[in-house]
Amino acid sequence: MADWLAFFIPWEFSLLVQISIWGSLWLYVRGLRSTDSKPGAGSILAFVLGLLLMYLVTQTHFDYWSQYMFFVHRGQHLVLHHLAPFLLALAAPVPILAAGLPGRVKDFWQQRRLARQWWRSLYAFLQHPAVACVLFVGLIYFWLTPEIHFDAMLNQRLYWLMNWSMALDGLLFWWLMLERGSGGITPRLGYGLRILLLAAIMPPQIILGARLAFSEQVWFDVYAVCGRAWPLEPLTDQQLGGLLTWIPAAMMSVIAALVVLRFLLHTPAQSAPIHANS
Amino acid sequence: MKQLIQILLLASLVGCGTGHDWHGKDISGLMPDLAFTLTDEHGDEVTAADYSGNNILIYFGFTQCPDICPTALAKLAAAMRKLPEDVQQRTVILFVSVDPDRDTPAQLGEYTAAFHPRMIGLTGSQQQLQTLTRRYRITYGYDKPDSAGQYNVSHSSAIFAFDRAQQVRLLLRDDLGVEQLYADILQLDTL
Repeated sequence: MADWLAFFIPWEFSLLVQISIWGSLWLYVRGLRSTDSKPGAGSILAFVLGLLLMYLVTQTHFDYWSQYMFFVHRGQHLVLHHLAPFLLALAAPVPILAAGLPGRVKDFWQQRRLARQWWRSLYAFLQHPAVACVLFVGLIYFWLTPEIHFDAMLNQRLYWLMNWSMALDGLLFWWLMLERGSGGITPRLGYGLRILLLAAIMPPQIILGARLAFSEQVWFDVYAVCGRAWPLEPLTDQQLGGLLTWIPAAMMSVIAALVVLRFLLHTPAQSAPIHANS
Repeated sequence: MKQLIQILLLASLVGCGTGHDWHGKDISGLMPDLAFTLTDEHGDEVTAADYSGNNILIYFGFTQCPDICPTALAKLAAAMRKLPEDVQQRTVILFVSVDPDRDTPAQLGEYTAAFHPRMIGLTGSQQQLQTLTRRYRITYGYDKPDSAGQYNVSHSSAIFAFDRAQQVRLLLRDDLGVEQLYADILQLDTL
């Protein structure tokens, strides 16, 4: 088989990932067909690109490199936690996805009052600004704790739990930051507060990334224990991983802040959010 | 939801001891039992069953490895020599070369004989090797050859230990000393 084709064979096939990604795409296409208020080409592109990126880093040979090379693993999390969820949130796809949802599913959900209440309060808790920031940064630190990282790389179920937690938390966080008053249950934070939060998550990521990049010691021996995808100095691997944790991750905050500024400039004064708890 | 609870339970179990005081990391239950089909030093095809009844220590490397493999294997051999004779007789060290292009069975025989009589060199086709390494969530890879055709090989640095029923027990990191390896093998023999 041609090498480039072999790249697309999932290293570890996940039915859950396949269903989630192709299912979302199917819902989106259905929604686009049935709605009158079609989003711009940019939004559609952002949505498809976000899904595609998530698929590429989890269901291709890229996942193999992520498991056996620290810096590729950091790249995988950069996509799962920062880039792809950012694009998905930027596309604001909820109205389209909701329009694509089969009627029976909508009715079913409407009838589950308790489940909806439960989901609303859980969501409100997770999307409290302080909780959202602590979760966003905390998960990076948690999975990069050497002992935990070791087990996650050695055990397949923990590995998937790690990647799912990063992707879902990424979605929660960027959803909150890029919310545009689409009438959903996401709290509408003030634009100033959003920029403040985006700035607040930068230093902890910069510190962790820089510590990794400048460390003279190898933090994660699991890559030596399991073998690397190709021969690479452990410290070089760690330095590259540190740089990825540090620079592009922090840059995402800056890009998001610019997007929020754009919202601010293009929103009529009377519909702009006032403050966090409104 | 049920699956989530299972995952959380599993997460809390990882790292918990089982009453044994190991220097290595207890990985019983985390990985499957031993299974492989490879070629031994005599060029004969062998499977895991051929070594049943032995405590098995597996190390992955290549004979041209400059430092990591010889150091780990020398420590392992020293730990073996400290063991009582009968324990040595029911323990075997399998050195699996992940560089079959350069490591012939005969070369492997010479290489392992220099360390310990109970050390056996194994290798196989890329497919056989990958089946075994994937089973234990490890890997190996090659550099591009230099002008003399030489290249470096990345491989796992850990020793995987299996009890006499071929169940996976321990992951011994390469920073363990001879004494610690000796203690763990002795305890492995009591299982």
